[in-house]
Amino acid sequence: MSVQAPHLGSKPPAFVHDLLGRRDYAIIGDIVAPGSQVLDLGCGEGELLEWLAANKGVKARGVEKSSARVQRAIGRGVSVFQGDIDGGLADYPDQTFDYVILSQTLQETVYPRKVLHEMLRVGKRGIVAFPNFGHWRVRLSMLTSGRAPCTKLFPYAWYESPNIHFLTVFDFEELAALEGLQVERRYFLAGHRKVTFLPNLLAEVAVFLVTRERGRRD
Amino acid sequence: MIVESNTVRFDSLTLDSGATLAPVEVAYETYGRLNAARSNAILALHAFSGDAHAAGVSHETGKPGWWDNMIGPGKGFDTNQYFVICSNVLGGCRGTTGPASINPATGCPYAMSFPVITIGDMVRLQAMLMDWLGIKRLLTVSGGSMGGMQALEWAVSYPERVVSAIPIAATTRHSAQQIAFNEVGRQAIMADPDWNDGNYYGKQPPARGLAVARMVGHITYMSDDSMREKFGRRLRGKEDFGFGFDVDFEVESYLRYRGSQFVNRFDANSYLYITKAMDYFDLSYRHASLAAALEPVECRFLVISFSSDWLYPSYQSQETVRALRSRNCDVAYVELESNYGHDSFLVDVAEQSELVRGFLASTFEKAQ
Repeated sequence: MSVQAPHLGSKPPAFVHDLLGRRDYAIIGDIVAPGSQVLDLGCGEGELLEWLAANKGVKARGVEKSSARVQRAIGRGVSVFQGDIDGGLADYPDQTFDYVILSQTLQETVYPRKVLHEMLRVGKRGIVAFPNFGHWRVRLSMLTSGRAPCTKLFPYAWYESPNIHFLTVFDFEELAALEGLQVERRYFLAGHRKVTFLPNLLAEVAVFLVTRERGRRD
Repeated sequence: MIVESNTVRFDSLTLDSGATLAPVEVAYETYGRLNAARSNAILALHAFSGDAHAAGVSHETGKPGWWDNMIGPGKGFDTNQYFVICSNVLGGCRGTTGPASINPATGCPYAMSFPVITIGDMVRLQAMLMDWLGIKRLLTVSGGSMGGMQALEWAVSYPERVVSAIPIAATTRHSAQQIAFNEVGRQAIMADPDWNDGNYYGKQPPARGLAVARMVGHITYMSDDSMREKFGRRLRGKEDFGFGFDVDFEVESYLRYRGSQFVNRFDANSYLYITKAMDYFDLSYRHASLAAALEPVECRFLVISFSSDWLYPSYQSQETVRALRSRNCDVAYVELESNYGHDSFLVDVAEQSELVRGFLASTFEKAQ
């Protein structure tokens, strides 16, 4: 995943390699333009930001809740702020960042709509990656077991899950429209393959590149 | 690592109050080697009662430095890679000009005729020392408590001279509670008849007042948890209460001991002047907001606070970080878990060392 894909147009390859062991990182790594300013919300130990800084020359910033993860991120030279993203972006001026990344985090936030709103206040573009709760295995698990679904994608027992707001591809598209967001690109993944057909049923992970519709920068 | 203090004398220093001190001496120590590019210099900034002896074993006293666990070969501030400088602050009593120094105009100690000083004055004198050492830019300025306040002052007053700053357990301005504890210390000293309006040099110093001030200080540096762990309600050398006012509890014994030790190494008037400088410290003073005051800032930041520090609580560090973020400054922040209260930055240094090591490595790499 070293070639920079243009934002629109060219046909992407059907096979997605791992970046740092993750497919959604590979897609994010492709989307982010060199030299841009990036904020990663829920950045964990800062692996993606470190990669983006080293390979794309981005100005990287991160927010992470866990002290231990923040320590490891700072230890690898990434500027990370220990804090809660549900209320922690208020200090950033409008449109500070070229991209705000929300990778596998939206479903863990208390106020997803507020987070989405804030990320497109402080950032020109948002990159949102999340596990698709509409995947057929999740549906099947619930239908057959009659219990909160437990799958490869959602491996936690309901009482241990960090995920508190489950969403599907359709759900995200709906919320994006409600928030006045324009989807610039969408990627759907099942394993290492890109999904082009029935993504709400077949995609395990979705990655959206969104921006605020012109004239709706409130 | 055996180290020696050096002293350098400058002709004069103009203070924030408008007064001029002439001459001014500064005591300092250095550790490690300055590289050919002069790009690996670090200024360590001591807290209220610290001195220039930050690391290694003192040639004169045989004692380790106040941040010896952080500064040295292979430590957080690795002296195999970096050149570390530490100087005693203006107004101090450990080699740098302060109220106990001789006023050349009178031939007597300044005592209370010493001009009131600020954190800004301390930093200005440090900048003069850097000029004298031939160091134009510092890779980082770092310290805890009052040392962190100086680091923040450096970042604002000399933005072109600092690549990064690491303020630890610090604040951009003293709160009412912090001023209050300092005032109790000052009043304890001034209420001691031996203080004699500050004119005790060559006579009996206000040892009782200074010891009480230090006892209060020590309580604020610890936490409820660390005191319970260290002392609990244990009795000192007895099986039962003494039913009197001699020492019963371990904690009483400890505080009395620390108070009496402090008298041997610290000047009561320095206590007054330095605490006042801390209380005056407010980066946002004469600015519309803290964010406005931070406008000149260019450097990277690593801000650290400690969970059990109630003297310089995390909210103060977070306030600093939020203001820096509102200016889109490059700032990393973490609150470390520790039971040691405000003292954590001196005693609980394992995680702090790792943070400093990684932050410095990436800062040094970016600065080359």
